[in-house]
Amino acid sequence: MIIDHRFLKSFIVVFLCIGVIGCAATLPKGFLKPSDDYLQKRVLQMRQYDTTNEEQIITAVAGVLQDLGFILDESETKLGLVSASKKADATNKGQIAGAVFLDILAALGGSKSNATAQCDKSQVVKASVITKLSLDGTKTVVRVTFQRIIWNMSNIISKVETINDPEIYQKFFDGLSKAIFLEAQQI
Amino acid sequence: MKKLRRYSGIPFTLFLIVLFSGCASTAGKAFETNESQVKLRSIQTRAFDTTDKKKMMQTVISTMQDLDFVIEKADLMLGSVTGSKFLGYAVVTMTVIVRPRGEKQLLVRVNAQYGVNSVEDPATYQDFFTALEKAIFLTAQQVD
Repeated sequence: MIIDHRFLKSFIVVFLCIGVIGCAATLPKGFLKPSDDYLQKRVLQMRQYDTTNEEQIITAVAGVLQDLGFILDESETKLGLVSASKKADATNKGQIAGAVFLDILAALGGSKSNATAQCDKSQVVKASVITKLSLDGTKTVVRVTFQRIIWNMSNIISKVETINDPEIYQKFFDGLSKAIFLEAQQI
Repeated sequence: MKKLRRYSGIPFTLFLIVLFSGCASTAGKAFETNESQVKLRSIQTRAFDTTDKKKMMQTVISTMQDLDFVIEKADLMLGSVTGSKFLGYAVVTMTVIVRPRGEKQLLVRVNAQYGVNSVEDPATYQDFFTALEKAIFLTAQQVD
């Protein structure tokens, strides 16, 4: 009889353990805390323009996004928001060559490999632009952020990331400066 | 032996529960929350002593941008801002709603998802409100 009780107890303990494990979702902590380099990111993503004409700036923003081939997804001009996205090719010749080489090596070795299927194929870049008046109300501040999602040859998402390449941000702001000038000249 | 017979039914019942719980529809899972509705609201909501909705929303947007979020949608009338950010392979999405509370205050309510999980951890939301407080130079007040 004692053995039966023990068996029953251990059974219940195991059962409870399974139940408890099933409920606990392990989410990381602190992902809504600013990182140490958030001020540096502001430098990268923000520019000020010597005008209080927000409408002119946001029109130029939409224009430069079109110049870069983006499709507008959403806008709320009262808050100075324009968000847009663009599909683009993500194939990298070096990566494909390497993968093909690996596959051939594997085939020669008598095993099966499909490294080419892991190669990047396409990407979607999302851009979000916010314009607002500076704190002293004499300038217009523009902040842009980019992120991208990459799919591989088997159409599986292989990478997601925030774009932090200064060159890309510089290119956007160069285009914006030009667009502001062009639109002021009514071109 | 009588006792054994009486107890042997329990594991069997438990086994059946486990077996049949697997058959339940998963649609219900989408509406499950671990916290009560009232507690969830208090975790996700703070009041601020200002009535400038537009400025509050602009501050929410810039705070979210400082946290690496890309703003996807916003609506001044509804007071909503939605954005997402990537953490490794996980996607964090967040919606903030700003709405008036009485004559002198604004309520800010935040809810976030991490991958397929709803975020219900008070400390995580507190991190966001701490960052928002600093940006708008006002104290975030707990709402009962």
